[in-house]
Amino acid sequence: MHAIKRRALLLAAAAMLLFGIGAYAGAAAPDAVSIANFAFSPTPLTVAPGTKVTWSNNDEEPHTVTSADGGKMFKSPALDTDDKFSFTFAKSGTYKYFCSIHPRMVGTIIVK
Amino acid sequence: MDTRDKESLVNTRRGLLKCMAWAGTGIVWGVVGGVPKGVPISMGLGGTALAATSAFTFVQISDSHIGFKADANPDPNATLKDALDKAVALKPAMMIHTGDVTHLSKPEQFDTADQIIKGAKLDTHFVPGEHDVIGDDGKMYFERFGGKGAAPGGWYSFDQGGVHFVALMNVIGFGPSTGATLGKDQIEWLEKDLEGKSASTPIVVLAHIPLWSIYPQWGWVTADADQAFAHLKRFGSVTVLNGHIHQVVQKVEGKVTFQTAMSTAFPQPAAGTAPSPGPMKVPADKLKSVLGIREIAFMAAAAPKLTDQTLA
Repeated sequence: MHAIKRRALLLAAAAMLLFGIGAYAGAAAPDAVSIANFAFSPTPLTVAPGTKVTWSNNDEEPHTVTSADGGKMFKSPALDTDDKFSFTFAKSGTYKYFCSIHPRMVGTIIVK
Repeated sequence: MDTRDKESLVNTRRGLLKCMAWAGTGIVWGVVGGVPKGVPISMGLGGTALAATSAFTFVQISDSHIGFKADANPDPNATLKDALDKAVALKPAMMIHTGDVTHLSKPEQFDTADQIIKGAKLDTHFVPGEHDVIGDDGKMYFERFGGKGAAPGGWYSFDQGGVHFVALMNVIGFGPSTGATLGKDQIEWLEKDLEGKSASTPIVVLAHIPLWSIYPQWGWVTADADQAFAHLKRFGSVTVLNGHIHQVVQKVEGKVTFQTAMSTAFPQPAAGTAPSPGPMKVPADKLKSVLGIREIAFMAAAAPKLTDQTLA
């Protein structure tokens, strides 16, 4: 009984490890946000502290990446088609941002 | 005609333009046909002296997006020049540009736009678009195109041809999920600006983003515009000229005529007909038929006649 329980626990741990690795490998670039059709994707994006997140504008329309505090924390210039912008999130927290040209476009980076 | 009705009627670009032409004609008949020229009794003018009967005309251009270089128009400099040629040919008293002069608020884009527009040698009044104020809250824009005597927020007014022009600013101060607003300061300024003006004074209101709700899902709306119109409702003729949506959409509400303008650079899809309001690509030989300018002609102290024309 005791041995079975321990084996089950080990299996569960192995499964968790596999799943964890699987999820990590499955995402093409866990530090990238695409801007397309006037939307940020993925959002929210969860990253570890210290991660440099890069946004790429795939629209024919310019967009910006502006922190929700009015751009005090981070603010990209106008990103034309194919332009990129990066920001490194040092500390844990939930960071909301938007496009200052099209403010209905909002996104979130979760750092933990 | 209500915008929603129009949307349901119109599902092609050609149909939209046809419908717009019809809408424009409606205005002409409403004024020239419906109101005897020089006797604007329907305006409740009472004993007010009639204004000079000679027409005062000006031109509206919009959304020149200098610096745009995607497929929808590889050469917006050339189409702006075409638009200006059309404008000059109309011999207007002046010209207004209802914003998005540039595409990305870059110094070289402002310089190019300035040079091309100055080439037309027309007295030009501007309002900024959201593309003109990226990153610096319009500092570079206002240095070049800010109105004379503009308030710190960038709004201003002037009088010409017996018409009072109010140039409003609704493209700065966006926040997450919060788009165009006029703001308390500007609305208070408007109230004071209009104080003492006779109700018979024709008013033209300029702003980049539409001052009525066309399609909020795409940000085609100014949240607090109603508060501004509360101060305008006593006037007999109010004409609201907007840009932003790169197509003509019109609404008449009482004595207020709202009308958006074509771009000189590229068209955008009709509200809700595409996944996003991004630039709409049309065949190169059709481009000029969806770009255009507008002539606004005031016949005496009545509502003006608005005529849109494409660059084709």
